[in-house]
Amino acid sequence: MHTNEHTQKAETFIVPIGPQHPALREPGHFEFTIEGEIVTAASVRLGYAHRGIEKGTESRNWVQNLYMLERICGICSHIHATAYCLGVEQLAGVEAPPRAQAIREMVAELERTHSHLLWLGEAAHEAGFETLFMYAWRDRETVMDILEALTGNRVNYSANLLGGVKYDVTGEQASKIEQGLDYLEERTRHYLDVVTSDPVFIQRTRGIGVMTAVQADRLGVVGPTARASGVVRDVRVEAPYAAYTAFPITPVLAQAGDLEARFVVRLRELFESYGVIRRILANLPPGELVLKRMPRRIKAGEAISRVEAPRGELFYFIRSNGSDTPDRVKVRTPTLCNMASVLTLTVGRHLADVPMILVGIDPCFSCNDRGLVLKRGADHEHWTWDRLRQIGLDYYAGERGSGGVGGTSISPAPLPPCPPALLTGMHV
Amino acid sequence: MTLNLAQSWQDALDKVRTWARLNSPWLIHYNSGSCNGCDIEILATLTPRYDVERLGVKLQGSPRHADVLICTGPVTRQSKDRLRRIYEQMPEPKFVIAVGSCAISGGAFQGCYNVIGHIDEVIPVDVYVPGCPPRPEAIIDGVVKLLQKIGKQ
Ligand code: SF4
Repeated sequence: MHTNEHTQKAETFIVPIGPQHPALREPGHFEFTIEGEIVTAASVRLGYAHRGIEKGTESRNWVQNLYMLERICGICSHIHATAYCLGVEQLAGVEAPPRAQAIREMVAELERTHSHLLWLGEAAHEAGFETLFMYAWRDRETVMDILEALTGNRVNYSANLLGGVKYDVTGEQASKIEQGLDYLEERTRHYLDVVTSDPVFIQRTRGIGVMTAVQADRLGVVGPTARASGVVRDVRVEAPYAAYTAFPITPVLAQAGDLEARFVVRLRELFESYGVIRRILANLPPGELVLKRMPRRIKAGEAISRVEAPRGELFYFIRSNGSDTPDRVKVRTPTLCNMASVLTLTVGRHLADVPMILVGIDPCFSCNDRGLVLKRGADHEHWTWDRLRQIGLDYYAGERGSGGVGGTSISPAPLPPCPPALLTGMHV
Repeated sequence: MTLNLAQSWQDALDKVRTWARLNSPWLIHYNSGSCNGCDIEILATLTPRYDVERLGVKLQGSPRHADVLICTGPVTRQSKDRLRRIYEQMPEPKFVIAVGSCAISGGAFQGCYNVIGHIDEVIPVDVYVPGCPPRPEAIIDGVVKLLQKIGKQ
């Protein structure tokens, strides 16, 4: 018995991965405890790319922040700027013109296309399928060309302005986009065929990292990761923003919840994107691109803005005290929500599946490193969904009761006492 | 290439090494806090349209096998030690390319509390590639400039 235990102990060891790692472009540190080949525990350490952006917003004015927040993430830059603009416009009590909203949606869908193709390549690379990696990235250049033709930049396109967009779509550009989409559509169909029929590839994806709908719901995963488990979680459908009411999309769902389903969902989402871009191009509302007058100082108050980034729900909380800089900007990015699923799903799997499961959520560490302090120890406490929800309801009920949302007069009085963990988390 | 046999063996060997290095520099990439934009463009330079591998460049995983460290992003407090450690693990002679405005000056993130500054505050840099992010062509140009610089030395 004793020897048995001893040998078992000897076989358990920890495999550290990162922060500099050949497969991950970004810094993140993982520790996997393995017994033989099987992972028995997993932990993650984030924060290598934490720059202090949220605090930084407080020392920049509303317009400057647009450009910094866009640089939270170089892959989904447009959606960050959109979320911020929508929030600030909401605070200022204005709305961007319909043409601007449609262009915002179109650029967002082009961005989704580039992001999903990029991910397809990354995931294929992780599975050792270099040919698919190279092909996917070659085809991604098509959408990069479109984005460049539209906005003049391949990455960080700066299409948004407070109160509108910077760039219009000309007839020539429209036909170029159409051509590009035709090509991409054909290629995407081919990739969908490859990921569902290539026997070697399927061995790395089918039945691996299975997350049931219940699990997905409990772990709070978002975006394509949740949709691959049959959970309809898509802000574009639940709470349409920008032009998504005029140009709606249908959420793509899969039931299997394994890695293959995540491939299928993301690739089928591309067809949705192509469809909606075509519809926008054909019915672009006429009118202005940007509001004539956008205030420099934003009225005091709080706003919440939710959008669907390529990786899932992106959440912005913005508070203004009436000056020309924000009082507080809080960003919650999808990767952070999805990260917990990696730690859960890898346990019990082979070490070789770990990179695939990690890449399955399409992690983005630059977005991720938002500096959230969770205190471990005596004051550590689990909050249930219901309790969190209740606190939110009480908070806003209290606000409305005390005569609207006021800048400096926001008092946490109606709140039940907040454990320090949450407070620290909120203020970092 | 001609070797002058009158020179010492050491000199001859150095020449061979430089020749090999120029023809096939191995790169290692580290992101010390970037927004990802630059990293994606670096990866794009490896893929078919830009294909920097035709210059013999290879991106690989271990600092111990690398000749050139290609860095992106401002340096955050958390990643400073890692960056220095990776640099120290690389064998001599080693070269550094800083890609992006962040790597050069802190870029958009200047003044954020967790950003300690640009790459050359932590390790010496040989080539700077400006842009936010630089186009893949510019990154290739940076690599070529570095190779020219090594060739001259
Ligand atoms: S230079 Fe621009 S693209 Fe590159 S890491 Fe900095 S913010 Fe991102």
